[in-house]
Amino acid sequence: MGKTMSEKILAKAAGLTETRVGDIVQAKVDKAMMDDILGPRVEIAENMRAIYDKVWDRDKVVIISDHYTPPATIAQAEIVKFTRDWAAGHGIDNYYEFCGPCHQIMAENGHVLPGTLVVGTDSHTCMGGAFGAFATGVGSTEMLGVLLTGEIWLKVPATIQVSWCGLLPPRVMAKDISLKTIGCIGHAGATYKAVEYIGDTIKALPMDERMAITNMAVEMGAKAGLMSSDDKTYDFLARHGFHPAPMETASDVDAIFENVHVFRADELKPQVASPHAVDNVTEVGNVVDTPIHQVYLGSCTGGRFYDLVAAADIIKGKKIAKGLRFLISPASAKIWRHADAAGILAILADSGATILAPTCGVCVGLHSGVLAAGENCLSTSNRNFIGRMGSRAANIYLGSAATAAATALTGHITDPQTL
Amino acid sequence: MNTVISGTVVKFGDNINTDIISPPQYMELPVAEAAKYAMSPVNAGFAAKADPNTIIAAGSNFGSGSSRETSPLTLKHLGIRVIIAKSFARIFYRNGINVGLVLLECPRIDDIADGDQLTVDLKNGRIENIAKAVAYECDRVPEHIMRLIEQGGLIASLKKRFGVES
Repeated sequence: MGKTMSEKILAKAAGLTETRVGDIVQAKVDKAMMDDILGPRVEIAENMRAIYDKVWDRDKVVIISDHYTPPATIAQAEIVKFTRDWAAGHGIDNYYEFCGPCHQIMAENGHVLPGTLVVGTDSHTCMGGAFGAFATGVGSTEMLGVLLTGEIWLKVPATIQVSWCGLLPPRVMAKDISLKTIGCIGHAGATYKAVEYIGDTIKALPMDERMAITNMAVEMGAKAGLMSSDDKTYDFLARHGFHPAPMETASDVDAIFENVHVFRADELKPQVASPHAVDNVTEVGNVVDTPIHQVYLGSCTGGRFYDLVAAADIIKGKKIAKGLRFLISPASAKIWRHADAAGILAILADSGATILAPTCGVCVGLHSGVLAAGENCLSTSNRNFIGRMGSRAANIYLGSAATAAATALTGHITDPQTL
Repeated sequence: MNTVISGTVVKFGDNINTDIISPPQYMELPVAEAAKYAMSPVNAGFAAKADPNTIIAAGSNFGSGSSRETSPLTLKHLGIRVIIAKSFARIFYRNGINVGLVLLECPRIDDIADGDQLTVDLKNGRIENIAKAVAYECDRVPEHIMRLIEQGGLIASLKKRFGVES
């Protein structure tokens, strides 16, 4: 009987010939990632001191200080310092800080490879599924267990297949695919499931865009969001200096899926998730004229080079709306430098945008652009929950980089296709 | 552990996500401080009134969103021992069990109201509503999860495995 990507990857990780949906397996972890906000400082450091103060395999552990970098308060600075010191004290060479959101750093540094099992103390760890890995978010105590034993128990999930076919119209992006899918399946529509994205639309997307889709699988409650690996996957890794032996990761032709959803990309219009739920999705056209005070282009969801270029393409030579703040946070230091060298940051800055450090920052209301009461923000990030970016009397709309740039020009939500 | 827990319900609706349970701006504070703001975006007075007698009852998709363990940790700090919901988001469910909370899924959660007195019988997966003289069945807790709950959570389980005194 054919197997899905999840069934195959978890079988390999658990040292089994095969697995079936519903099996509880004890799987060996290939990479364990922690960040600053939910890493060693939460339960892990203290309990390892009490139990056993060594990680099972320091080459398989990655620690990234990203949420609180640069720190805005003493408390945040202490947390980053604690994380830095703990990494050094435990021999973790894979330590990164001030480089950008962890999931982008994981991708750029060859820590997420096809066919592997990756766990991380952040729910958007599922972004790694774009590389054909089974990547999932876990809590800090769960991570403690992984650090001590190198293993994690997992229930083999059923898979929902999401198929996108056809050509994306101009100025319609992967983020729109992501939002449309979430709007249809619902924010608990994939709880405990894996979601697998297939179709020629997906295959035509560069890795930058594929990551925008798998990043948000958790917004449907999913355990993992997967895409099979191909030439584009290995090219991306090679460009960053990593050359794993190519392997076939796709689901078998006769694999069994719990559900299949089919979408046509050529019919897709730009989408927006309105406050305060990620599945509160509608066409941008239905919310145009909503006044926007701040546009945020950044985060592990929507701050990659492809997003910056898409925005620059719309905004080039023009000025942003008077009184509007356009904050731009490239998703990694590498992307920041690449965009700078390519003249993209200058185009954006010339429009009146503020170029920020690569960081999680305002995606989760921690620093660098927190919202006041009554303010509306259009963001390329992944969540619009009440109070997430600051005041609980502020409103967050989620959209693509193209929608963000168009909105920054006009000062109200704008369909980039209408400019 | 005590397999029968009694308490008074504080009722919440559907989709109580982790930005509500553990608002991000307080996550940099120690758990004891952050706990003062648990649930504050929808119930500002909750933390001040919560105590070991409090049972949280909620609708579907409780704990959706982030993997932040500050969510169950702040609730535990306030004295909460049991959370009953129509359904839980998966990362929150694992985190809650790992830190030693009892999480039960009950399809008839709509029949439970704010202020109800409940007795939760963990072993048999039953909830008794004293005033209304009604009992509800919970969804069966998987065996491997039950073992974790009985040990008091993952840390207790790891300590046992590594031969360390709890």
